[in-house]
Amino acid sequence: MMMNEEMLKKIRELSEGLYNKIMHRSKPQLSIPVRALSNVEYNKQDGYFEIGPDKKTRALTVNTSKTFAQTLRMLALSKNLVETDDIATKREAYYVSKNWGDARFLEQPESDMVMDDIEAMFMVNREQLGFIPEEKGGDVSGRLIVIDADPETGKEIRIDCTKMGTGAYSIPSSVEHLKFDTNAEFILAIETAGMYQRLVKHAYWKKSNSILISLGGVPTRACRRFIRRLSDEMKIPVYVFTDGDPYGYLNIYRTLKVGSGNAAHINKYFCVPKAKYFGITPQDIIDYKLPTHPLKDIDIKRVRDGFKNDPFVKAYPEWQKALNQLVSMKKRAEQQALAQHGLNFVITDYLPDKLANPKTWLP
Amino acid sequence: MAEKAKKEEKNRNKNNLFPENSSGSNGGNGQNGDIIAFELAKKQQEISIAEFFEKNRHLLGFDNKRKALLTAIKEAADNSLDACEEAGILPEVHVEIIEMSEEKFRISVMDNGPGIVKEQIPKIFAKLLYGSKFHTLKQARGQQGIGISAAALYGQLTTGRPIRIISKISPNYPAYYYELQIDTSRNAPEIIKQEEREWDAAHGTKIEIDLEAIYQKGDQSVDEYLKETAIINPHATLIYTNSKAEQFIFARVVNELPPQAKEIKPHPYGVELGYLIKMLRNCEERTLQSFLTREFSRVGAGTAKEICEKAALLPNTKPQAIERNQAEKLISAIRQTKIIAPPTDCLSPIGAKNLENGLRKEINAEFYTSTARPPSVYRGKPFIIECAIAYGGKLKSDKAVTIMRFANKVPLLYQQGACATTKAITTTNWKAYGLSQSSGALPVGPCVIALHLASVWAPFTSEAKEAIAHYPEIIKEMKLALQECGRELTRYVNKKYRVNDAIKKKSYIEKYLPHIAIALKELLSLSEADEKKLEEAIKEILEKTRQIESLSEGEEAPDDGRAPLGISGSVEEELEDVGKPEEDSEGHKRKKGRKRQGEMDESEEFEDNDL
Repeated sequence: MMMNEEMLKKIRELSEGLYNKIMHRSKPQLSIPVRALSNVEYNKQDGYFEIGPDKKTRALTVNTSKTFAQTLRMLALSKNLVETDDIATKREAYYVSKNWGDARFLEQPESDMVMDDIEAMFMVNREQLGFIPEEKGGDVSGRLIVIDADPETGKEIRIDCTKMGTGAYSIPSSVEHLKFDTNAEFILAIETAGMYQRLVKHAYWKKSNSILISLGGVPTRACRRFIRRLSDEMKIPVYVFTDGDPYGYLNIYRTLKVGSGNAAHINKYFCVPKAKYFGITPQDIIDYKLPTHPLKDIDIKRVRDGFKNDPFVKAYPEWQKALNQLVSMKKRAEQQALAQHGLNFVITDYLPDKLANPKTWLP
Repeated sequence: MAEKAKKEEKNRNKNNLFPENSSGSNGGNGQNGDIIAFELAKKQQEISIAEFFEKNRHLLGFDNKRKALLTAIKEAADNSLDACEEAGILPEVHVEIIEMSEEKFRISVMDNGPGIVKEQIPKIFAKLLYGSKFHTLKQARGQQGIGISAAALYGQLTTGRPIRIISKISPNYPAYYYELQIDTSRNAPEIIKQEEREWDAAHGTKIEIDLEAIYQKGDQSVDEYLKETAIINPHATLIYTNSKAEQFIFARVVNELPPQAKEIKPHPYGVELGYLIKMLRNCEERTLQSFLTREFSRVGAGTAKEICEKAALLPNTKPQAIERNQAEKLISAIRQTKIIAPPTDCLSPIGAKNLENGLRKEINAEFYTSTARPPSVYRGKPFIIECAIAYGGKLKSDKAVTIMRFANKVPLLYQQGACATTKAITTTNWKAYGLSQSSGALPVGPCVIALHLASVWAPFTSEAKEAIAHYPEIIKEMKLALQECGRELTRYVNKKYRVNDAIKKKSYIEKYLPHIAIALKELLSLSEADEKKLEEAIKEILEKTRQIESLSEGEEAPDDGRAPLGISGSVEEELEDVGKPEEDSEGHKRKKGRKRQGEMDESEEFEDNDL
């Protein structure tokens, strides 16, 4: 990943380019890769969404002058942050803009969008530009020692994730500097905090010699990067355990495994290509006679869009089959539905069963 | 009603024509007392037109009390305006409504017209179907000679009071005052009182009618009627006091009278068999040829001969001797002969500019346009369509447009749905002119549309003269007039958007340009002087693009303002910045511009809440 110096050089080059164009009285332009599912390709070999060739060019005209001004002012803020080795959250950056008079942002989504544009323009992660998200990564417990440094002294700190009691280690917004020490056999990434709590409470990690990570919905970039590094550097298999519904499959799992359209320019680093889908599969709903809810219209629409637009779905017949199965059942099942067979059925039966039968997983 | 009256007259004549036939055949059959027809005959008697009206007042626009007030005032005011114009006098008409008691009103209408000679007054005001206009072919408000006497009769029926008239024809003559009633069984005037009176007017006529009525404001009110009358008669001054003692003065804005309508002979194409037979009977000409040339317009010796030849009749046939079947041949010969359109000096249109001025003074809008079509013909009768549109300003933009319908300078307030004007408006595509419209409906937008039909004989759907009948020739001309005005409207609307765009752009430059300079100064650690230079340079670049934009915008839009979409530049340009207008056609650009106001950013597809 890029160092501060390198980042500053890039910003400088871009700014000089604009400056020279203007002084030669020609229209300056910004060229930004299109970040959308329509402009990603699934790189099956490396296992992630790769950004396509589509770019949008924003030339300076009367009508674009506002966005143009905002983009440059945001870039200037970023340069300042990188130079002083400081950080600003997305929300803080939005508030900084309130000093910009007419060029200020009215709502945070506007400033987030400009920030994402800059990020894509340089093909970097926003942390390299000095911006960090509001949210932290996710909760971790189990057979893992995280090696961090004291922010003040720089002294090495070893955090043992088996000694968190009923709490958890939480993934910081930037994870590049972390080191790991572990002999866990697998990582279980869990969608809901409720299921995670149950597994922690009953020390499932101890029985199975594993690391438990709570995703809390669609995983953040930091969380994806954290799992990716564990997967790559420690060579630990990653199993994903979500609700049995289109959101769990196509938003949570797909984003964790191959990345997203919006972050297309950095998916290479922020996804976990080796992750496997563990449950709850449509077949599980049948096999375990799980209580279900009917699929909502939005669920069906999500599946349709997936078939139409999502290169990941297009690449895996197994997933197409599973999604069709779900739609024809018109049902969905939550992780907690396993409680039908007893509160700890998930620990005593479901997880061991699934671990023993990789054939029931999805790619 | 006039037609019905005619029919009755015909029936009566029939009975009189063949009295010997009926008695003859009956005589052969036996005793009179056995035959039911004789019994029935005792009950058969003439019906006076006035009696007929008593029972059928709705046919003349007196169907309810509110409408009765309007109709009475309308008839009186129409007569006043007609009289003034005929005498070449710029009209000044005073209208007053006084509430006497509950649902009893007195209306008074006074004009500065030529006055009426003493002897004619009783017949004009107290005999139905008496007048100067029925037998002539020239444009006038009144047609049948029934309106004002019907109003008088209505007043008489509902209040028992006579109509009162005072009229003066010259300062050198005394004014005459009459109180008149109609003897309904004879349809004849009954003079209650008559005397010479002092009246300080130089000339003119004032009438007073007491009648049962209801005064209400709103769409079909007297107020609205007089306002629209003022619009279509910008050469008239109307002074109106309603029963709430509110006075409105609609001042004259045009100081010239519209051209006098000349009387014309009927055009051959407009004549039907019965009428032709009557003309042949009554004419004084010796030969068919001279009958054709003298009694019709646009028929010269050549045309007359051609008609005779086609009808297989000799040009020197005595007209009075022509039989019914010969007359029939004559009609079909006329149809087969090419005859030029009737002269149009029988029309008195008000003129596009005048109509526009009329609209201008009563409707508060920001844009006005008007047009007058060249004369056209339906059923041998010439007519002209005039149209004016007022747009924007204080007019409501979320409602259907307001339609003002006029026929021979008279506003039409009732039966909008049945009128040819409505048909013409709803079948015109207003989307092309910047208004919204669902198919088959009135367009929606801040607009007043005024349509005027000027004709020697306006074809109404009923005798109450409320709606223009659906003649295809008339609707076609109306649509053409609407389209002409519509195109002007589009031009204005487009220009308005252009100006707005230009203002918006200017403010954009002033607002955001300095921030680009500030940002680059921070990014490159520039000096203050460099920042200034940079600002200048950016300004130049933007002004330059703006010029290109306004140059390409300066070209006139195609007629309907909607060039086919997608004549934009390269794909790259399209992607580059959707708000940019240069390479686009007018319509396309505006659509985009409006949609994208405020947000200049390309919309993105966010398929997940990725952080």
